[in-house]
Amino acid sequence: MPMEPLLSIKNLYFTYEDEIEALRDISLDIYPHEVFVLFGPSRSGKTTLLRLLNRLSDLKAGCERQGLIEFKGKNIFDPDVVVSDLRRNISMVFALPSPLPGSIYDNLTYGLKMAGIRDTAVLEEQVEKSLQQAALWDEVKDRLHKSAFALSGGQQQRLCIARSLALEPEVILLDNPTSGLDPLSTSVVEDSLQELKQYYCIIMVPHSVQQAARVADRAGFMLDGELIEVERGAALFTRPRDQRTEDYITGRFG
Amino acid sequence: MKLLQRWKVVPDSDDSVIEQLRERLSNLRIRDVWEFFIERLIWLSGISMIVIVALIFLFLLREGSAAFLDIPLRQLFGRRWYPIEGIFGIWPLIVGSILVTAGAIAIAIPLGLITAIYIGEIAPDWQRDLLKPIIEVLAGIPSIVLGFLGWIALAPLIQRLGAPTGLTIFTGSLILAYMSLPTIISISEDALYAVPKSYRNGALAIGATQWQTIWRVVLPAARSGLVIAIMLGIGRAIGETMAVMLVTGNAANIPDLTPGLIFQPARTMTATIAAEMGEVAQGSLHYSVLFGIGIILFVITFAINSIASRLVGVQEAGQRQKRG
Repeated sequence: MPMEPLLSIKNLYFTYEDEIEALRDISLDIYPHEVFVLFGPSRSGKTTLLRLLNRLSDLKAGCERQGLIEFKGKNIFDPDVVVSDLRRNISMVFALPSPLPGSIYDNLTYGLKMAGIRDTAVLEEQVEKSLQQAALWDEVKDRLHKSAFALSGGQQQRLCIARSLALEPEVILLDNPTSGLDPLSTSVVEDSLQELKQYYCIIMVPHSVQQAARVADRAGFMLDGELIEVERGAALFTRPRDQRTEDYITGRFG
Repeated sequence: MKLLQRWKVVPDSDDSVIEQLRERLSNLRIRDVWEFFIERLIWLSGISMIVIVALIFLFLLREGSAAFLDIPLRQLFGRRWYPIEGIFGIWPLIVGSILVTAGAIAIAIPLGLITAIYIGEIAPDWQRDLLKPIIEVLAGIPSIVLGFLGWIALAPLIQRLGAPTGLTIFTGSLILAYMSLPTIISISEDALYAVPKSYRNGALAIGATQWQTIWRVVLPAARSGLVIAIMLGIGRAIGETMAVMLVTGNAANIPDLTPGLIFQPARTMTATIAAEMGEVAQGSLHYSVLFGIGIILFVITFAINSIASRLVGVQEAGQRQKRG
């Protein structure tokens, strides 16, 4: 790809408090408007990497990090970076739907209000736009002021995606967003990803290798804290270069 | 036999089977009696709570009703409390109780909630592990010890600030606040702890700062637990007697409405009962007025508790409805 990378990870190491090395020498460029999938066996460091990208990793004390992550050319670990602004630009959706207490409308406007936006017209416009993008608008437009907990699991997860979209971020991090969903809801979420990449860059930890193959523009295979190989989706899943990738994809371990 | 036939268990010709069944039936009877006995015992212990509460209330009514019947209400709620001259105006005592308690609440609620937020949300693990047990120890200090501390240490300090005497409403409020703090802190902290982690993650992930997360997400989610914490704290404050008796100066007069209001002595309802009950003749008017004060105290506490459970109940019903 000829474009400038949006996110550029350079020689990143990360160690947890208990001295377990979670990430070892990760270098990776991620470009706008792509769905990048990070897959690998559990405890391979996927979620750790995702949480580093918007510094949710700050919450854990006693961790050590080396290397940089550049977002649009600026190291996100620089002391002058405002973390809450960073998280608005690089937004995260978790494995389990995590609606906040309050109505659907409240959930979508929390982030905007906390960013200081009070204009009702703007808020309402963002609510509708983000729900449309997350393919949820038709299902909830008549009950925006009902509790978010009344939605089904799949709807809650799309609400959480919409909640991130409402902030108009540049990158959306999805940490196994379909883990708790039934196949139908999963396919709705997967389909909406193809829509969303027109506007955003999406980095996703998938639920399965199959899901990775379905949604990935490019994919990276992780194993024991190392990034083994990165390739365009089709190529990686049909002709992996590394033996370990092939073993994992064909189900020989993991 | 007829019974067994009705159960259609066996054809009645087979004697050995009937014999077995009969044996089983007699075992069953012993078990039935046992069940009946246990059930009644549990019922009795449950019902006795209700009976005891009712008896206490009846006793209060019997001993105290004379106060409301024999003294005109205007005089009973009058401004002067001179029991020796037969003047029983309990208004100063009510005002004293309200002022001391209100002061304690005004100090304890913000302090307690902020401490709970610090321990639950901000403090690193080692501080949290240190603070929680210390606060629990505070809750175990006998109230008389706190009252003594207030009298010896706090009162002179307050007098040095310029109050005419160190034994004031403010002194009482401080001691009471200190007494209700452990309750408020530890129950609030439990309520905050019960807020799912996903709420915090969710809020942080959409760019909330730590303070915004606490203020807009965690506190509203913990609201019903926080209300309970505050109400229990108030309950502890309003019923407290000994400590307050030591440090409020025990002057049964209505404080002047001046800026220095809270630096005047006062006397609470509880302290009045404790101080005078030992000296009155049983059955005298003074005696029933003291019980009358007890009735009023009972009504106030009851009202606070019902308001609290109403508040919590409404919220919980609302949340259930939302989830359902």
